Amino acid sequence: MPEGDTGWKRAFEADIISTVEFNYSGDLLATGDKGGRVVIFQKEQEIVSPLRVAVSSTRHSCGARSQHLPYVAMPQLSNKSRLHSRGEYNVYSTFQSHEPEFDYLKSLEIEEKINKIRWLPQQNAAHFLLSTNDKTIKLWKISERDKRAEGYNLKDEDGRLRDPFRITALRVPILKPMDLMVEASPRRIFANAHTYHINSISVNSDHETYLSADDLRINLWHLEITDRSFNIVDIKPVNMEELTEVITAAEFHPHQCNVFVYSSSKGTIRLCDMRSSALCDRHSKFFEEPEDPSSRSFFSEIISSISDVKFSHSGRYMMTRDYLSVKVWDLNMETRPVETYQVHEYLRSKLCSLYENDCIFDKFECCWSGSDSALMTGSYNNFFRMFDRSMRRDVTLEASRESSKPRAILKPRKVCTGGKRKKDEISVDSLDFNKKILHTAWHPLDNIIAVAATNNLYIFQDKAN
Amino acid sequence: METDDREGNRMWEEDSSHKHLLDTMFARGIKRKCFDGEEDIEGTLAGFKSVPSYNLQRQSLLDMSLVKLQLCHMLVEPNLCRSVLIANTVRQIQEEMTQDGTWQVINAQNTGQASLDRLVSSDILCRSTKEQNEGKLVPSYSGFSKDFENTPSQDIISDLSTVTSVQAPRNPQSNNVWEMENSQENRGNFQKSLDQIFETLENKNPNSVEDLFSDVDNSYYDLDTVLTGMMNNTKMGHCDVLESFSSQTTTNSNSNCKSDINELDHIVEILVES
Repeated sequence: MPEGDTGWKRAFEADIISTVEFNYSGDLLATGDKGGRVVIFQKEQEIVSPLRVAVSSTRHSCGARSQHLPYVAMPQLSNKSRLHSRGEYNVYSTFQSHEPEFDYLKSLEIEEKINKIRWLPQQNAAHFLLSTNDKTIKLWKISERDKRAEGYNLKDEDGRLRDPFRITALRVPILKPMDLMVEASPRRIFANAHTYHINSISVNSDHETYLSADDLRINLWHLEITDRSFNIVDIKPVNMEELTEVITAAEFHPHQCNVFVYSSSKGTIRLCDMRSSALCDRHSKFFEEPEDPSSRSFFSEIISSISDVKFSHSGRYMMTRDYLSVKVWDLNMETRPVETYQVHEYLRSKLCSLYENDCIFDKFECCWSGSDSALMTGSYNNFFRMFDRSMRRDVTLEASRESSKPRAILKPRKVCTGGKRKKDEISVDSLDFNKKILHTAWHPLDNIIAVAATNNLYIFQDKAN
Repeated sequence: METDDREGNRMWEEDSSHKHLLDTMFARGIKRKCFDGEEDIEGTLAGFKSVPSYNLQRQSLLDMSLVKLQLCHMLVEPNLCRSVLIANTVRQIQEEMTQDGTWQVINAQNTGQASLDRLVSSDILCRSTKEQNEGKLVPSYSGFSKDFENTPSQDIISDLSTVTSVQAPRNPQSNNVWEMENSQENRGNFQKSLDQIFETLENKNPNSVEDLFSDVDNSYYDLDTVLTGMMNNTKMGHCDVLESFSSQTTTNSNSNCKSDINELDHIVEILVES
């Protein structure tokens, strides 16, 4: 639950947020959690007020530290006057998307944790999203109802059926306004197509098809057809003993409906063109950065494993996240990335400990800003990092209760790597590796970001907005 | 065996000539490996926090990885990506140990007083300071020939205990499983267990999990107590022994790259001569 609803919710494991996604307009923000629930937030309609001018003028008094975007915690208490409202996000709908299942053939439990949510572009008054757990993808329709029909012929006002023989006259039911009700209903269930755990879903730019990727295979679906899917990538070896590489993420190109990419656990990205063949086992492009021999260790492969891949909004670049860095690739250059940003290089000397406690296998996501000028990704200790590509600046911020009073400006954080620790710095050994920010999302148009810290959702926005 | 760049050999030769000092040395810490004559015994005087030898570190990493593989194999639906990455790490270590000659060299030492001396030395190398006094022979996993099969093998536990000494009490019962494991010490069985793991991932029959562990004592499950401590403790600072492992390997890899080809030549030379 967000911070702003009724206060701070206690940490239950089922509430651990496992995915965060804005819709195409940014008015809706969906989160999925480990308990299989989906919570959708809606941005309040902004009301133009004379105060708007005053608000923007305070930007200049932000202080000397205005090199980076001064991020502000969103005010969440809704008892403020609407004239002051700056577009807060409030709960719009909550529903149980997936339930735990038991696979009797394998004697295995199938987790209900929502791995990914992807919105469909809006085509009518209703909203549609795809949500997936390890095995099953569901298409949900979220619709509003704010009118109620009264004066039925066949049933009473309290719903009891009337005896047809007692009806002597007919009347036309009247639509009357009612309190807004948001309903979520499952429209399609795409099941039984994945042997391994689904890690990605991606809606195609044709708005008719989407792909779902598991560890070894990628399937192509049509949104209307649930009993069939086409397998477009299969990297499963004949002999499972020879397995050395798995698929970690996949995404469709934002404009070219025949192009998609998938990343692997060996740090490679393959771009495939569906026009070339039905089965895209042979890639069209192969992106891999040559390894730096001076930093080779037993952990090199593990930290090169890509946990997320995202196309830029322009479609010209893509970004990959591996354990220690974020890389921007030009689709026209396969030999190496055009930009590399270090997320938490200070962890390089701690890889053995991180391997021991399994943190080295954490899968961090990354995201582009709406204009593709900035990148964001999470780290440990509830830190998240933002990189401004054009200004070549970066900042570390923290998503925590203490540092996020409403309307408070986020203070940049710094990790001290060795030697003397300055005031306000935190040393590497004091970092809390249980507090990891794996999921973040950036509004498609404005500078509003959503950061999931375990079971809390933080929404920040640029003070200039 | 003549002195060469293989770190293992050099260590043995040095230690066998200073055996009487070993007690003192290990009381203060494990002697750090000397690379091409450069940075010396930085570790010895630094107490227990000193950097262990590369072989020991690598061995610990191998053991830890195998434990992780076994554990995730036990889980309901193992995370395939994680399993694959760990298995690749294990293979990598295995390959390096093969190239290194650590495997061959150890296999070649079957007879002779001289070789016994070396064996004792390597034994001391592989032990932590705690185990030293208990006087157990500790062959490294799948690194030794069958001659050492029957020795009560506790090195994996002792290695683990070195790693986990800060956070979890050692469970004496858990030794049983590792004894079983160590009884299949040659490479063939090691590879086999890797294969088995992937087979059972593929195999949907739940019985296969039991098959894999059919000859394993149920006290395996007690390992959970030891290892949950290891796995759940996410605070830094508990992995002192292996802390510098990553950085250690960076310097290693450079010289290893150079000496790899030399080692291969050496191995061929030795085989041809014999």
